[in-house]
Amino acid sequence: MNDELIRTLASILVQSSPLMIAVCGETITERSGVINLSVDGTILLAAMTGFVLGLKTDSLLIGFLAAAIVGALMAFLVAFGSFRLRQNQVAIGFVLTLLGDDLSAFLGQNYTRIPGPVVEHLPIPYLKDIPVIGRIFFDQDLVVYFAIILAVFTWWFLNRTQPGLHLRSVGERPEASFARGINVNRLRYLYSVLGGALIGIAGAAYSLDIKVGWSDGHTRGLGWIALAIVIFGGWSPLRGAFGAILFGATKTLATVLQRTFPEVSVVAFNTIPWLLMIFVLLTVGSEFTARLILYMPKPLRGPLSRALRVSPPMALGKTFGND
Amino acid sequence: MKIKQHIRWIWPVIPILGALLFTTVLLVLFGANPGEAVQSLWRGAFGDQSKTLSVLAFWVPLFLASSGLLVTFTVGLWNIGVEGQIIIGAIAASWVALKFPGPTSLLIPLEILASMTAAALWGGLIALLKTRGGVHEIFGGLALNNLAIILTNYLISGPWQPPEGGTFRGTQPFQIAALLPRYADSRFSPISLIFALIAFGLVVLALRGTFWGLKLKALGKNPRSAFLLGVSSEREAILAMMFCGALAGLGGAVRVLSWFDSLRQSISGGIGFLALLVVMLASNRMFWVPFIAFFFSAVLNGSISLQLRTQLHSSLGGILTGVLVLFMLLFGNPGVLGIGKRSKQEETDER
Repeated sequence: MNDELIRTLASILVQSSPLMIAVCGETITERSGVINLSVDGTILLAAMTGFVLGLKTDSLLIGFLAAAIVGALMAFLVAFGSFRLRQNQVAIGFVLTLLGDDLSAFLGQNYTRIPGPVVEHLPIPYLKDIPVIGRIFFDQDLVVYFAIILAVFTWWFLNRTQPGLHLRSVGERPEASFARGINVNRLRYLYSVLGGALIGIAGAAYSLDIKVGWSDGHTRGLGWIALAIVIFGGWSPLRGAFGAILFGATKTLATVLQRTFPEVSVVAFNTIPWLLMIFVLLTVGSEFTARLILYMPKPLRGPLSRALRVSPPMALGKTFGND
Repeated sequence: MKIKQHIRWIWPVIPILGALLFTTVLLVLFGANPGEAVQSLWRGAFGDQSKTLSVLAFWVPLFLASSGLLVTFTVGLWNIGVEGQIIIGAIAASWVALKFPGPTSLLIPLEILASMTAAALWGGLIALLKTRGGVHEIFGGLALNNLAIILTNYLISGPWQPPEGGTFRGTQPFQIAALLPRYADSRFSPISLIFALIAFGLVVLALRGTFWGLKLKALGKNPRSAFLLGVSSEREAILAMMFCGALAGLGGAVRVLSWFDSLRQSISGGIGFLALLVVMLASNRMFWVPFIAFFFSAVLNGSISLQLRTQLHSSLGGILTGVLVLFMLLFGNPGVLGIGKRSKQEETDER
């Protein structure tokens, strides 16, 4: 494999790693039945907080921790407003999106466009020397390793452990889980906050690693892309990771296309992620795909429908209990 | 009146005070004097005649978009795409203003027609993506918002670039005949206010006084039974979205034809998102919409001159409005907090 292709693939992985983290966080939140729509605002606020605190304390760890706390707090607000105060999750999440955006602009106003701490490159000895794979997967930094391990771990946790089964059960059939003695709302609080913390970490991954620094609206739009990937990924962390890589590749794709077609306006390439967003959601959601699958030979229908169609957790967005 | 009823009436003051307290703490953290900040916010909004007229001029498109959103909220749609509908309306009006020569009496109706049609189609597309494509309106709307922004940037930097070279900031100023007549050198056009009032009247009439409005309400409250009663959710969703799009598009036309005199990079400037907050804050009290929109317009305009005076970021206005809506959403209903809860008896008494 030639050198440039390997470098491109490695850079796609870098671009998609924060998205992978955010998608994992939102996936576990939604699998427990809660919609945290505040992702875009959370990522912005967490990116700002992580950058500013990382800069002030000169500690990346504190930066990431602070970002995680910001994300957890935003998610807690959504959960508390929805479970305890019985308000609409989508409404709270949307207001928090706008608020996170404005707050990040205001609080970060004195820290725009200045250099700050950066996550260090950390090749893994021996593994990085494996041809091709080593260069792509093991010649990266901690954020990338964390994103990959997180996606695999979340999948394993959801599908192969008992706590994971409980998490899925409160998102699918809260009444049944309640009857089995599971405290539905407590689990939902736990996984909303945990998912929120991961979304916060994704924010810091931008400002301290992938898109270093801070400016107004530094990561605007990426949170919405993460939310769309969760749907496209069919609420599975591994498919979500694949979706994140797909969107991470659009940036690289735009650069390549720009070089190939210099006569096309640069602006046109910015449309790629948004067109892709509509396209992937159409693929998994439209009647058309459903009908297309029906025309396929019978043995193909099952696998195709599993690959192309998705269905949300049954109790997604529905509150539980009558406290 | 019992004490509980008193609490219910006075209660909304508490989230408002909470929002003010939150903003004050932020100001103090940044070393600003909250008293001075409020003063310059007030002066920035109503300090002199031109400032007040600016508040009015900013209010009109916000009022238009909010009126449109009343319709989509009634049918239960999250029309986040309203921002894009404003932008498309602005682009369509700019297209007429830039490409067609003619007298004002012909150009203005043409511009309005173009902006309302284009934005209605843009909004209808979001509904179509939802009903036929299974794409939730939040995501369809958001993607289309971004596409509209990119289209604006493309037009400004490409085909509609001013002849003296692109600055990436805007097109050349439109011909005078294409602009809405403005009041005394300001950005405020009295005609646009008349449009907004007519639009609001139409929305109130449609929702309160027509069978269509009843169908929308039925769909918003209980889609399943509405479907069983023979209300087509697809048809009404598309119509509601197009209705909202038309009003938002008119708002976009007002933005380019009176607030600016050309198509600019951030032509909407978040008015669509602000309108969503307005309608959320009003919840089902639609007659509050004009007043809330006016208040928001004053806060946002005031915070711009606050930035000029105190060097504090103008997002402060957005924070104040956002926190206000958040606190109102979370704590606006004392019943859920177990304070001043309505008893069953009271509820039956009121019916």
